[in-house]
Amino acid sequence: MTPAPIPSGSFGRRPVIPIVPAGTSMYRAEKKIHPRSVKGWFSSWRWVLVVLTQALFYGLPWLPWNGRQAVLFDLGARRFYIFDLVLYPQDFIYLTGLLVVSAYSLFLFTAVAGRLWCGFACPQTVYTEIFLWIERRFEGDRTARLRLDAAPLSADKLWRKGGKQAAWIAIGLWTGFTFVGYFTPILTLVSETLRLSFGPWEWFWIVFYGFATYGAAGYMREQVCKYMCPYARFQSAMFDRDTMIVSYDTKRGEPRGARPRSVGHAGLAAISKGECIDCTLCVQVCPTGIDIRKGLQYECIGCAACVDACNGVMDKLEYPRGLIRFATENGLENSWGRKAMIRRVLRPRILVYGTVLLAIVAGLATSLALRRPYRVDVIRDRGALAREVEGGRIENVYRLQLMSASESRQHFHVSVEGIPGAAIASSPDIDVDPTESIWLPVRVQVPPDEAQALGPGAHPLRFRIMRSADAGHADPLSEKSTFVVPR
Amino acid sequence: MSDFLSAGWSVYIALATIISLAACLALLVVTARGKSGSKAETTGHVWDDDLRELNNPMPRWWMILFIITIVFGTGYLLLYPGLGSAKGLLGWSSTAALQQEQKKTDAALSVVYAKYAAMPFPELAKDRPAMAIGERLFINNCAACHGSDARGSKGFPNLTDNDWLHGGTQEAILETITHGRVGMMPPMAAAVGGPADVSDVANYVLSLSNSPHDVAAAARGAPKFVACAACHGTDGKGNQAIGSANLTDDIWLHGRGKDAIMAMINNGKTNVMPAQEHRLTREQIHVVGAFVWSLSHQDGVADASSH
Repeated sequence: MTPAPIPSGSFGRRPVIPIVPAGTSMYRAEKKIHPRSVKGWFSSWRWVLVVLTQALFYGLPWLPWNGRQAVLFDLGARRFYIFDLVLYPQDFIYLTGLLVVSAYSLFLFTAVAGRLWCGFACPQTVYTEIFLWIERRFEGDRTARLRLDAAPLSADKLWRKGGKQAAWIAIGLWTGFTFVGYFTPILTLVSETLRLSFGPWEWFWIVFYGFATYGAAGYMREQVCKYMCPYARFQSAMFDRDTMIVSYDTKRGEPRGARPRSVGHAGLAAISKGECIDCTLCVQVCPTGIDIRKGLQYECIGCAACVDACNGVMDKLEYPRGLIRFATENGLENSWGRKAMIRRVLRPRILVYGTVLLAIVAGLATSLALRRPYRVDVIRDRGALAREVEGGRIENVYRLQLMSASESRQHFHVSVEGIPGAAIASSPDIDVDPTESIWLPVRVQVPPDEAQALGPGAHPLRFRIMRSADAGHADPLSEKSTFVVPR
Repeated sequence: MSDFLSAGWSVYIALATIISLAACLALLVVTARGKSGSKAETTGHVWDDDLRELNNPMPRWWMILFIITIVFGTGYLLLYPGLGSAKGLLGWSSTAALQQEQKKTDAALSVVYAKYAAMPFPELAKDRPAMAIGERLFINNCAACHGSDARGSKGFPNLTDNDWLHGGTQEAILETITHGRVGMMPPMAAAVGGPADVSDVANYVLSLSNSPHDVAAAARGAPKFVACAACHGTDGKGNQAIGSANLTDDIWLHGRGKDAIMAMINNGKTNVMPAQEHRLTREQIHVVGAFVWSLSHQDGVADASSH
């Protein structure tokens, strides 16, 4: 075989190592990983987060609020209800704000303690955890599952696999149902379920979202993190040498290997062994199937299952805990204690992330708190530029759009200023029903002499819209427009 | 496709599509198998001292996804238009899809409109949902000329003042919307006399509505008004049968004041209300007509002059 030439550059020409045996497939069927179940401090925390996030996701659509669903995204009417908030598509800036906050939180947490999000709160992890739990209920733990997979088909295998599938599909559909429940009032969805009368998009999203959950949590699992997730890859860019990451303490652990039970921790030096007994439990519990003892790898989602597993072993051997632990690269190199590593948390990068995050959160909160429960838009009427009416008065027509972001009826008073004598000729008092958006023609007139004084052309005019509820303690909303005097 | 009239382009596009699909598949097959001798985990490229390019095999499901896209693409091109100008086995077209949608919408709407079509204007005007539909129809079809408050502007009649050029009865309004109207005022300067006479007649017309005018000139103009009376009537109140304007009210479609009136006498004017029968259905015209009627009958009562 002749090696392929490589482009000449700073390397010059160098031999290329032949890559793969001829005729072998460049694509590999991924081996199914059967993580062993693990108990411990971090594992408990993961379950706490599973319960919290899923209680939130599955529970929120059922929460009533102001006589409607507390969180409802009404795409048809383009109103988004979040507890007391009524948002319009025009309020998407808040979603942007939320995403920026999420991004900065991710940066901050990752820089401090690695892929915490991945290991504990990411839906991919959470649903995989739930699906694994079901798999364990039906098929047993790692060894039993490996044996079952290898066993020939039998009634026992069929019922275990079938039961698991049924439970998975049920959870997937329930997840799809809940997801759609954020867009269609969930009680409507319940009555539609009873009659199986979902709309086409409801059908699509229940089945599609359900299938995506089933596929991602039942089959794709770590593949999603390894090959699909962009965040997984760029989170490594947030690491530095002072980031707390799941680490194997090579100094303590090596040389690894079996040892007689009689040798205690004190006697390790004598038989020149490290603390690692090479039980491979850390590998067996790993949901991405890596060996943490090889150091930090891009597959590691920071779930700390190996920390729990190893601590259990250390406890049994009566060795000190923490052979695998959250530690920084600097800390491991210089054999720092926990306190010394934590002291390095407040480094410039963290302070910058933290400050930016705080500023954005504060800005977002202030903006939401000061938000007016209505929006106004003034548009000049496209049909009529200007007209002369009774008594030679000049009249312009505007379309006033009033959007109420309140769940009670609101009353407004409209006035104009900026042109002497200008006045609203149509009714200046406007009522807007709850969460309604109305388009209203508004006529503004200027007396003949004032119009004469202005001369032909467009003149700046300001609309002032006052909400009755704000009278006396808030400024009216001001909207710019123009008044046209014809030739 | 108007720039690509030749049938050759259709063949060209179809061929390019098929060859691309085949090339994608061939690429997958050719690259799916390794070519060199021994196995190594890196390609041998090293950058920045220790950055190596790994050569791990791709996951097989990835390849399967790739095949699925090719199969999907082939199926799509068979069923739907895509291969040049081929129609596809399903015979789907965006025009047909639109027409089907419209038919569905019309069927759904006809139930709503059927109820309204039988209701006379005064009754319909009290029906809030009907008037909401009427307002939408008005905004979409009428507001461009009559303004979104229906008060019109110079040359475009105000529809809220109960002053009707062609009549304000239900039948007249429906006729106006359905078939449109042409309002024609011929140039009358010659019939009236010289420029001074035109000015006198303009003053007389102003006097009919008690607008500011020169009393002496109006008196001189009065006899000359005979030429105008053929259409506007001897009393100047106009004639809805021919669409001539009432000159005795203070409503000036083509401009207020002596200059505007003289311009009309000198130049005349042809004003067109376009027919809507091809844009709107009979039922829609009925609802929007009732909406227009309601604008000058805000109390909901039909008065003697228009009904």
